[in-house]
Amino acid sequence: MQPAVEFRNISKAFGAVQANADVSFSIAKGSIHGVIGENGAGKSTLMSILYGYYNADSGQVLIDGQPRDIRTSQEAIALGIGMVHQHFMLVENMTVLDNIMLGNEGGFKLASQRGAVEAKLREICTRYRLDVDPLATVHDLSVGAQQRVEILKQIYRSANILILDEPTAVLTAQETASLFEILRLFKEQGKTIILITHKLQEIMDITDEVTVMRAGRVVGAVKTAETSKEQLAGMMVGRPIQSELPRAPFNPGAEVLKVSNLQLKDANGVALLSDIDFTLRAGEVVAIAGVSGNGQSELLEILSGMRLPTSGKVEFLGHDLPYTGRTHADGLPATFRALGIGHVPEDRLRDGVIKDFSVMQNTVFGYQDAVKNRWGLFDYKKIAQRCAHLMQAFDVRPNNPDLRIGLLSGGNQQKVVIAREVAAKPKMMLVGQPTRGVDIGTIESIHTQLLRLRDEGVAILLSSVELEEVRALADRIIVMSGGRITGILPVGEFDTTRIGLLMGGMHKS
Amino acid sequence: MKKTELPRWATAFVLPILNLLSALLVAGLVIHLLGESPAESLRILVDSAILDPEGLAYTLFYASTFIFAGLAVSLAMQAGLFNIGAEGQMYVGGLGLTLVVLALDAHLPAVLLIPAAMIGAAVFGALWAFIPGYLQAKRGSHVVVTTIMFNFIAASVMNWVILKMIPEGQQNPASRVFADSAALPLLNKIMPVLGDTPLNISFLIAIAALAIYGVAVWRSSWGYQLRATGLNAHAAHYAGVKISRTIIVTMLVSGALAGLGAVNSVMGSTHYLSLNFPAGAGFVGIAIALMGRQHPVGIFLSSVLFGALIQGGFDLSLEKPNIPQETFIFIQGLIILFCGAMENFYAPAVMKLINLTRSNKGA
Amino acid sequence: MEDFHIASIIVSTIRNAPVLMFAALAGLFAERSGVVDIGLEGKILASAFASAAVAYTTQNPWYGILAGMAVSVALAMVQAFVSITQKGNQLVAGIAINIAMSGLTFVLAQFFFQQGGRTPDLRDARLADVTLPGAAALENVPFIGWLYNHVIGGQSVLVYVAFLLLPVVHWVVYHSRFGLRLRACGENPHAADAAGVSVERTRYLAMLVAGVLCSFSGAYLTLVQSGFFLRDMSAGAGYLALTALVFGNWRPVHTVLGCLMFGLFGAIQIQLEGVDLPVVGHLPGSLIQAIPYVVTVVVLAGLMAKSVAPKAIGKPFVKSR
Repeated sequence: MQPAVEFRNISKAFGAVQANADVSFSIAKGSIHGVIGENGAGKSTLMSILYGYYNADSGQVLIDGQPRDIRTSQEAIALGIGMVHQHFMLVENMTVLDNIMLGNEGGFKLASQRGAVEAKLREICTRYRLDVDPLATVHDLSVGAQQRVEILKQIYRSANILILDEPTAVLTAQETASLFEILRLFKEQGKTIILITHKLQEIMDITDEVTVMRAGRVVGAVKTAETSKEQLAGMMVGRPIQSELPRAPFNPGAEVLKVSNLQLKDANGVALLSDIDFTLRAGEVVAIAGVSGNGQSELLEILSGMRLPTSGKVEFLGHDLPYTGRTHADGLPATFRALGIGHVPEDRLRDGVIKDFSVMQNTVFGYQDAVKNRWGLFDYKKIAQRCAHLMQAFDVRPNNPDLRIGLLSGGNQQKVVIAREVAAKPKMMLVGQPTRGVDIGTIESIHTQLLRLRDEGVAILLSSVELEEVRALADRIIVMSGGRITGILPVGEFDTTRIGLLMGGMHKS
Repeated sequence: MKKTELPRWATAFVLPILNLLSALLVAGLVIHLLGESPAESLRILVDSAILDPEGLAYTLFYASTFIFAGLAVSLAMQAGLFNIGAEGQMYVGGLGLTLVVLALDAHLPAVLLIPAAMIGAAVFGALWAFIPGYLQAKRGSHVVVTTIMFNFIAASVMNWVILKMIPEGQQNPASRVFADSAALPLLNKIMPVLGDTPLNISFLIAIAALAIYGVAVWRSSWGYQLRATGLNAHAAHYAGVKISRTIIVTMLVSGALAGLGAVNSVMGSTHYLSLNFPAGAGFVGIAIALMGRQHPVGIFLSSVLFGALIQGGFDLSLEKPNIPQETFIFIQGLIILFCGAMENFYAPAVMKLINLTRSNKGA
Repeated sequence: MEDFHIASIIVSTIRNAPVLMFAALAGLFAERSGVVDIGLEGKILASAFASAAVAYTTQNPWYGILAGMAVSVALAMVQAFVSITQKGNQLVAGIAINIAMSGLTFVLAQFFFQQGGRTPDLRDARLADVTLPGAAALENVPFIGWLYNHVIGGQSVLVYVAFLLLPVVHWVVYHSRFGLRLRACGENPHAADAAGVSVERTRYLAMLVAGVLCSFSGAYLTLVQSGFFLRDMSAGAGYLALTALVFGNWRPVHTVLGCLMFGLFGAIQIQLEGVDLPVVGHLPGSLIQAIPYVVTVVVLAGLMAKSVAPKAIGKPFVKSR
């Protein structure tokens, strides 16, 4: 039987970056095929070529044994290829029905097809147990439901080859299990599924075969049953990974942070954070585990001064943080920094750096008033010295302080941000998703850096969607779900199932 | 190795020059269609505006106003704000300086009166920019539309004010003539070759303003925060910048700079406040900010270029009635289009050229 | 207050509104697709000149309308090229067009007609008012006669077009395939792209429609209202139209309500001169002229926080993976 998809010698470069280099492998029909690799390995580029977003520089793509030149997503759809993106391609203020009809309206007058489409959608939902109301407006749906809408969209378009890009990044354990049930149903119906992920456990759980990519090339193609997580990880990175990082024995100092009854409601009165109570001590790492979108981002924003809580109290080093009497948080982060709170933001490019500024300019970002002379002008010699020192200590590459920081890799950008915050000698460090978009080699060095801070007595509060990271770094774990704390446990009691259940806590689905 | 990003010198010089040439090419085409020779028009323009010393003096005189207008728009642009209101701010700035002069020109010597009047111009210009700045910062009202509205409102208000200021029996719709102490010292005192032209010390003040702008924006903490706000307001907030305050202060300073632009023509040339004296200078400021890429040297060169266009355009319109001065408003629009909205039009071609020459050299 | 003639205010409002309605509905298409249209002012001015010039030369207002349409569409295509293909700054592109047209229309008017930058009076070449059947019979009937002959009837063709445009635009935006794609491109162009819709093509089409609709605004100024072109005669109408869009939250019916509101203010404005108001007395003419612009600022100040623009507006679409 012909493979559903075959890649032959696919190469694609973006400027100086070779995203795919001579990639060749095939995907059997009616199988669930995993493509695994760390950030920047080239998996997304390859799938984008399959889906018609990009055109390969050289090589061939064969669908059902026939070479196909897929130039647009419309052509891919016509060939039965569907893609569920990591960031959903949905128009939030339209209904599910309208979103699915988009591009496929069947005529100038929408009304002529609406009834028929709605009926078909309901039928598909029943057949695959998708539980979606076609007339619901997308922004009213939970994240899990929105993903099901994406899947529904592909099925409606008669996709036979379904590509899922990091589908479980935003799902709880329960929702992931439901998704996998749906995928198994598809497989039974003879559909082919390509799962792009970096989560080794998922590969082992659901795939039949795995292709491992690294730096744009295929470095391994194995049957899942014949491999192990360790072997796959080794192939992904190219060397064995250290699983346990050195840390000093747990010896927390005085209480640094005390959060009491913190509440946050958005402009429509929807509760984003409810009844948040916890403490943090010096020399301790508390990691907030939870699927993104459950309040962790908002909590860190409040604690760093970027956002005001609706009510509640936060004491830092014995004094209340100055939220009261304000209508907005404009300028507040500067006050918090001055008090000794460092912040490595979750979305580095949106919040943490100015892409078009140089590395050196970014090393004073947030601290611009500390490096000026009495005329308000920058002391460039001092800044340059500091920058050189930081870049060396944190091994930032390339070692060019005048380079626009946007040109550095994600990992190096993150190193600059961390270096900058650490250099200010904070008493407490807030870190959002410390290794998002960071390659594995740098992940180790960032983890080492954070543990070193902890050993020096800094209180660290971090949030992470990666349970492995939580386990590697935390002394205590806070689990959040639906804007609430559903559990606090010491790392010694770490248990994936229990934490998964806590994460799934009061999550609507 | 093939380069994927244009080197600094290409973006700073080559592209702007290509853009300018494109605008002039389109203008030349229109001039040709109007039945005139573009080459001849250019010759008349250059003769009048650059080669003739008195014409050059006029060119630099106009440039003085344009530098302030260009600075006003450039500063706001650095913070991500598109201040279209420089025209109205300059107009109201003129009122500010007039009120000071009319009240004090009989009592103060020039050395005190002139700085006082300048402060008046700056304060009034700033005030006229305050509401749009405040509304953008606190209510999110787009500063483009509000400043345009304030231009129209300024026209109405100033119309009413100036008509009220006309002295008994005067025909000219303007205030009374200022006393001599309010006259800006002319540069032809030091350089007689400049002839009987209004080029005055505001040219020197404008250059000083350019220098201060350069230092403030690129070497000070305030300028750093300004640019961060313009590039990425989310991140600037993270970095502790007070975004609301930055927006409002930037608009105030921008308005003040536009207001200062009034000093040159009102106190250097006419010596009274007249209807519509800015005559479009505020809008020229937009073209200058875009063409000069908000850089002090770029602003200076662009201002001189526009000064030349105005001076040369005036003489040209006398010789060629088919090319009235409004033609230069059209050219202004073209420059804004090519230098502001199509700034990267030639980038791919230049990129190819650079890579070609590199591979020929055997890099 | 008896100085205010309610009847004539109503008629004036209906006669003032179309200039803004055409422009605002034009802007609606552009902005709903994700392209900021600050260049409405320039398109209005250019089509005003073209309509007047061609109508005068051919002594036929309909050719004038066609000429205005051609010019406005050409400008819209330039804007589209800069905004969509070149991915340039859309605000700057719009301002550039406005300034360029301010200059060019004067120069061309001067060149062709030698009348100081204006076009000659159209007189009979203007668009005539439409008299509804049976108008003469109803002329003297109280209220109904006035309503039939002067409010519903007795208006220029373009007035009817403007009002009839509203249900058409509403239907197209919400019930047609083009409208669905339009709105998707303005809210989440990546989603539209993933669905196989060409974002560029949809936006170009939207700009084309905007160009056509906006041309009627300019034609209305010269062929219906004044009978000639005068420099900068649009006097900010393009920006007022944008404000009506903000006021109407980019929805057709509410936007038209905003236009009617501005039309109402314009009607009251004319009546204000010479009227003794309580407290302030006579308002000087120059200050009265500022009223629409002040209203605009007030509307923008009050509403911006609550009005929701299409999410992707102003951002050039770049495929990103």
